[in-house]
Amino acid sequence: MSSKMEAGLRSGIGAGVKAETRISGISEKFAELKGRGEGALISYVMAGDPSPEATRDIVSALARGGTDIIELGLPFSDPVADGPTIQAAGQRALAAGMDTEHFFELVEGLDTGIVRIPLVCMTYFNLVFRYGIEKFVTGSAKAGLSGLIIPDLPVEEASELRESCEKHGLDLIFLIAPTTPGERVKKVLDRSSGFVYLVSRLGVTGTSSKVSGTTKELLARVETDIPKAVGFGVSNGSQAAEIRKAGADGVIVGSAFIKIIESGKNVNERLEALAKELKNGILEASRKGE
Amino acid sequence: MLIQISKSELQNQNSRINREKRQGAIKLTGTTTSESQIKNPGLEKISGQETGAKAEAKGKYGKYGGQYVPEVLMPALEELVEGYERYKNDPGFLKELDHYLKDFGGRETPLYFARNLSKKYGAKIYLKREDLVHGGAHKLNNAIGQAILAKYMGKTRLIAETGAGQHGTATAMVGANMGFETVVYMGAKDIKRQQMNAYRMELMGTEVRAVESGSKTLKDAINEALRDWVTNVENTHYLIGSVVGPHPYPMIVRDFQSVIGREIKEQIMEKEGRLPDSLIACAGGGSNAMGMFHPFTEAREVRLIAVEAGGKALKCTEKAALHSASLCVGEEGVLHGARTKVLQDSYGQILESESISAGLDYSGVGPELAYLADNGRVTARYVTDDEALEAFHELSRLEGIIPALESSHALAYLKKAADAGELGELVVVNLSGRGDKDLETVFSQMKGA
Ligand SMILES: Cc1ncc(COP(=O)(O)O)c(C=O)c1O
Repeated sequence: MSSKMEAGLRSGIGAGVKAETRISGISEKFAELKGRGEGALISYVMAGDPSPEATRDIVSALARGGTDIIELGLPFSDPVADGPTIQAAGQRALAAGMDTEHFFELVEGLDTGIVRIPLVCMTYFNLVFRYGIEKFVTGSAKAGLSGLIIPDLPVEEASELRESCEKHGLDLIFLIAPTTPGERVKKVLDRSSGFVYLVSRLGVTGTSSKVSGTTKELLARVETDIPKAVGFGVSNGSQAAEIRKAGADGVIVGSAFIKIIESGKNVNERLEALAKELKNGILEASRKGE
Repeated sequence: MLIQISKSELQNQNSRINREKRQGAIKLTGTTTSESQIKNPGLEKISGQETGAKAEAKGKYGKYGGQYVPEVLMPALEELVEGYERYKNDPGFLKELDHYLKDFGGRETPLYFARNLSKKYGAKIYLKREDLVHGGAHKLNNAIGQAILAKYMGKTRLIAETGAGQHGTATAMVGANMGFETVVYMGAKDIKRQQMNAYRMELMGTEVRAVESGSKTLKDAINEALRDWVTNVENTHYLIGSVVGPHPYPMIVRDFQSVIGREIKEQIMEKEGRLPDSLIACAGGGSNAMGMFHPFTEAREVRLIAVEAGGKALKCTEKAALHSASLCVGEEGVLHGARTKVLQDSYGQILESESISAGLDYSGVGPELAYLADNGRVTARYVTDDEALEAFHELSRLEGIIPALESSHALAYLKKAADAGELGELVVVNLSGRGDKDLETVFSQMKGA
């Protein structure tokens, strides 16, 4: 571990909401938002990109901007579901020394301010498997994570991890794609908790300029009480509004935030501003939808 | 579970093969014409073997295998499973496969008695001449099979990854011939060391996309191909080049490559009247090894030896292995859609691999091969870059055949096997490819030395 990283980890134990008080779960968060007629903004960044201390500030900025749930990437060397932007973020985080142990330490020390923001870990299965499924889940729970998203783990291969997550009160969030047929949608929903992640289009993560018909069709045909969050390709407030209007309970944004982090310029202000724009889009649509 | 069969059963089996051969009933793919003859040795017989059928119910080989892929791809894999089940015994499909293997690919390939090599190592050594397949390597066997399957399934676009460029070339050949739009992903580092192979693909109308991510070799080319597939899954077939990836790929690729082992079985019975004591193949992902071994897995007296790339040494630095010996020293993990043996660090980050031969330079290995190595049916060994180079020169001088650097690993093991008493009296080495593509690499090595 780099000395920079060590210093970062030590200095991060600041005031605010700590792991033990951050009990707010994902379902509770969605219920709370639903009570107010709101949709959720779910913001994704890579833990440790470009450094652990930067991640702390980034998370605070996203929280200030109105983020409801934060997804933290644990970087993997071979992220097949990710486009160039998130791949590069993962490479930066790995180069800065991020690994599973440090990820848990970082999460545990996070300060999301006075708002309770559930934290979700997004990573690839080999990291979970190699660390030990049970050990990874207990580590996650102890660090204060509320759920896991493993994009290369379809429901068929997930039973051991799902059991472990259930035991330790973590949500295991599965994905549904435009290609997922009706029968399979049921199977996935059956095993889902927290929320279900609808992949907006065929492809990998990244930004795109408009909301496709595919996304709307998908939202229409996935019928469930489990909150539906749409991700892949969302980058601005009007897209977020459109997705919310089409029936999403949450909007997931990653690459657009990471591009700001990558630029290195006025990062925290711009992250906060983008989060606000997205959240406002969602709120606008919610009001119109009423 | 492997089925143990007794000596007498084997003799029965062998005499049955001889009898049927005399009667002309068993003509292996590549030489058949009539429908019943095609059906007989078709893929059914191969994939229906006890080792396969049960193990593959969910695409698992013991604890290995499976389908660890993004949800977007799950329906495509299901479609492939169904498509393969549907067509693998379809007379039209088998006839076309047969035609391509024979008239386009040049099968069957000879089983060549290497007299000088035999003298040197004190055993009867045969070489299975996959180097004579069109394109210069065994890779075409699988490319033909999958491309026809893709056509039957209504796909119009092929994508593939390539390391040495051999599989990319094979895909380019079938792509051009059968009228597919074809894109091949190749690590930037591999393009550098296999430039003419990249050019060959382009000559045949294939778009070669350089992969600049990660280690810029085969593993990264697979990542990129998977990302393409996720994006274009509706019209695209991902033509994987080895027995790796999610189910059903390890099974499909093995079945299409098993023509190697089936021919060997028939040829060795004809020449020697018995099965060999050992079969030796190099293993990158493991397709030429599985293709050679599969028809012999139940013939327990035949030793199956998979030789991996030991690179510079069997050591790892923090981020990279100095070798590609995942079968020998890899640990259980999940890579490219399958649970298998993987070169990785203590947190599960995949280590970059290394080998003088681009085709063996891979951090994982096929799940079935991992399974067979664990249960002892396959013996996993390795040789270093230097040993492979020595064997490259040895075969060139002794037999007038320049082997691929990949195949040179299998050849290099002859010396070690002879010393270790693993060779036996009758040996077949899979000469998986020819060495023309490696001349530049070897040339610069020799100049550097
Ligand atoms: C000639 C040759 N032999 C062997 C290999 C290794 O692949 P596999 O282990 O799948 O046979 C390659 C791969 O490119 C090759 O070109």
